[in-house]
Amino acid sequence: MAQNKIDIEQVKQVAKLARLDLTEAEISQFTTQLGAILEYVEKLNQLDTSKVEPLAHCLPINNCLRADEVKESLGTDKTVTNAPQTDGRFFLVPRILEESGGF
Amino acid sequence: MTDSDYKIIVGLEIHVQLATRTKMFCGCELAFAEDPNSRVCPTCLGLPGALPVMNAQAVEFAILTATALNCKIAEFTKWDRKSYYYPDLPKNYQISQYDLPIGSNGFIEIPLSDGQTKKIRILRVHLEEDAGKNVHTSGNFSQVDLNRAGTPLLEIVTEPDMNSAEEVRALAIELQRIVRFLGVSQADMQKGHMRFEPNVNLHIERGGSTSKTPITEVKNLNSFKALEKSVAFEAVRQFDEFLDTGICLQSGNKKTFGWDDVKEVTVLQREKEEAHDYRYFPDPDLVPVVVNEEWLERIKTKLCELPLKMQSRFISEYGLSDYDAGVLTTDKEMAKYFDDTVKTGADAKRVCNLITQTGIKIANEKGCGVAQLGIEPTRLAALAKITDDGKISATAAVTVFEKMLESKDSPDKIAQQLDLLQRSDEGELEKIVDEVITANAQAVEDVKSGGKKSKKAHGFLMGQVMQKSKGKANPQIVAKILGSKLGS
Repeated sequence: MAQNKIDIEQVKQVAKLARLDLTEAEISQFTTQLGAILEYVEKLNQLDTSKVEPLAHCLPINNCLRADEVKESLGTDKTVTNAPQTDGRFFLVPRILEESGGF
Repeated sequence: MTDSDYKIIVGLEIHVQLATRTKMFCGCELAFAEDPNSRVCPTCLGLPGALPVMNAQAVEFAILTATALNCKIAEFTKWDRKSYYYPDLPKNYQISQYDLPIGSNGFIEIPLSDGQTKKIRILRVHLEEDAGKNVHTSGNFSQVDLNRAGTPLLEIVTEPDMNSAEEVRALAIELQRIVRFLGVSQADMQKGHMRFEPNVNLHIERGGSTSKTPITEVKNLNSFKALEKSVAFEAVRQFDEFLDTGICLQSGNKKTFGWDDVKEVTVLQREKEEAHDYRYFPDPDLVPVVVNEEWLERIKTKLCELPLKMQSRFISEYGLSDYDAGVLTTDKEMAKYFDDTVKTGADAKRVCNLITQTGIKIANEKGCGVAQLGIEPTRLAALAKITDDGKISATAAVTVFEKMLESKDSPDKIAQQLDLLQRSDEGELEKIVDEVITANAQAVEDVKSGGKKSKKAHGFLMGQVMQKSKGKANPQIVAKILGSKLGS
């Protein structure tokens, strides 16, 4: 078998970024499976794409815009009704310890 | 201290909230301080199957701003997903623009304290959506409000071209004026409409060589004051740290600091366990944006004379001071109101004083702009004119200004009704002056003898005349008559 396209450390890293808690057995299983997928996709590298523009979207259309007009929102009650945890006004999530909002 | 000398290097990353009515990709109304989670829908909640659709107004605001910032506008741009996990980001990715920003390679001109201007290069301008808000509470839970999720943000990134805390502040204020002039943002710092994150480091000259300190990014800046102070603080902190440790800039040793507004210091934020891996890729839910010539031209018709240009015109054309011109151009409506009034032939300095000393105060009390007070430029010009002509005093002009808010009468007529017209009839005033001179021989003597007492005595006589005329004598004419009579 050719060298795997992805190693165990990379799978652990991706799992961590995706907040997935995997068992050792799963990590091993996914490493093999993801490796096979990447190997298959690598077939594309057999094509010479040096003269092909990167595709931003598969549909040949652009500028799907809408007017800046207000549509009715859900309102608080409907919004939180299916939340796993709520106090009726907010979504409740496990206490955030670190202030590290993304951007 | 040592014999080393340093230069501060600052670049800014700025987020500006656009003043659209609705969110970037859905029709939810933008609302400040609404009930939590009331202005949301399946799209901004990131529910499965919901699809984003671009807000045309947000795209046009972005192009307009990028144009005003002298950027090259991309003919073709697209949307990318920036992945990260945080409770305020319901989709687990932010829709942003990665490699094809709407605008790039621009510049903004900022005024310096010496009256010169400086060009700060703009690296890129792109559109993205805001996240929601975490409301931290006690107990085991944090509350999440997603009303803000999906709000259109314009991200502006400058090159590291600023070399002092003052320049950083000047850029922030200039950008605020520009986006307000363009009408693309309310740009209220307190409400988070503008968020500035400076990247700071130092170039230290020592013993003939240059050392660069590690770059720090400063967050949590909620006012222009905090922005300016944080940069000044970082410069000193980094210099001290360099003297202590000698650590220089390397790839990967950038740190994030938070500003403590109470202690006025920057505080190191907890280091991330790993570098961010945002895994950008094109968003398949959104089609690209193509900006053709015709659309671009249509957007450009909304460009206006920008504040700095208007400010320098007010100085060169109308002879205003830099300060006065600066005050008048903080607000586009006010600047235009001033300009329109002066163009009807009124004296610029007089109109400026009426607006900045009287108008702004009243407008602030009423919670509106000066231009919305209901005094048309022609009537304001008429008020300036009768004040300049000495028909009413500068004090009376304030009274007339206030009355003009309720009355549509001309300032002249209002001054008459309120009995504020100054007496300028020389014959009449001469009579009063004569009476005062006769009654105050000592003061007259003091004026004539010159010396120290002369000025004071002259002022006393002026005061007597004004009192006798019940404050209605035209002071210029009284001074003239007094002068000719006393040879002073």
